[in-house]
Amino acid sequence: MSREEEIIKLTLPVNSNRDHIQGPSAAPVTLLEYGDYQCPYCGQAYPIIKQVQKHLTNKLRFVFRNFPITQIHPHAQHAAESAESAAAQNKFWEMHDHLYEHQQALDDNHLEKYAGELGLDLTRFNHDRSSHAHTQRIREDFLSGVRSGVNGTPTFYINGMRYNDSWDLETLLKTLRSKF
Amino acid sequence: MSGITSSTSVLKPGTPAPNFTLHSAPDQSMALSQFRGHPTILAFYPADFSPVCGDQMTLYNEILPEFQRFNAELIGISVDGVWSHLAFSKDRNLHFPLLSDFEPKGEVAKKYGVYRSQDGITERALFVIDSDGIIRWSYVSPIGINPGAEGILKALESNLLQSRNQKM
Repeated sequence: MSREEEIIKLTLPVNSNRDHIQGPSAAPVTLLEYGDYQCPYCGQAYPIIKQVQKHLTNKLRFVFRNFPITQIHPHAQHAAESAESAAAQNKFWEMHDHLYEHQQALDDNHLEKYAGELGLDLTRFNHDRSSHAHTQRIREDFLSGVRSGVNGTPTFYINGMRYNDSWDLETLLKTLRSKF
Repeated sequence: MSGITSSTSVLKPGTPAPNFTLHSAPDQSMALSQFRGHPTILAFYPADFSPVCGDQMTLYNEILPEFQRFNAELIGISVDGVWSHLAFSKDRNLHFPLLSDFEPKGEVAKKYGVYRSQDGITERALFVIDSDGIIRWSYVSPIGINPGAEGILKALESNLLQSRNQKM
């Protein structure tokens, strides 16, 4: 059986109890990214999303979920855990941004340094890492991505449907704007 | 759009999967029949080294533990030669075999109805074969779109359910 481009849906809906969200829940358009902190394409997408957020302001809700490709990105898992640790201390987005702004240095020593720079409780941060406190959450994100047809990083969903087109600023903005 | 395999040519569920022997390394071959007794996933893909993180083979490599929960084996097949496969496999740290449908070019892909003769590459096509060697699910993705793993997992799940029901 062969198919035309079918609509691929997000199987785990956005949930404010577990997801990392920027923007109002009542926003007409939700952009969700499955990303890997060590992935250079996600690194390219990072400033584009910032631009998109600037342009669309409160019309856009942005959600980030983890999809670390650990077999080719050896630092991706720990980077993701660092961001989730930061989340536990209410600094998820600060760490998320910091990681994408320092992709060339994501080894454990640098991750701890960033935690310090962001003013996190380092004892707690390090304990989270050694006790794998956030591994399950990251696995949940990853599997939700697998079941939702994530096919690489970054993979984007717009209003719960996988976006297959180019994520260059112009195309992405145009597509998002068409939703409201 | 040129080069599209007609939906009638891809082998359908219920068809016995044609056996084949292909090189998995410069000095080694592998036959499909070796995998009898396990569900087997055949992933035909156009070419090694596409420029994204989590190209299809990289993605399946990451998801391998999920396939292994079903005792399934994964095989990647393209028309690339064994040396390209070796380099690609090493670069992406792949933990499953890549087979070379190189000589005669695309012969196995043709048997499965998934050769793009105009382009000289295989379709992006998936087959889930049960442990008795019967195709249970097949899918041809638009060539530019990585179909992900959901279809494979669904097929493995329903295959599992089916064989459980049969045993009752």
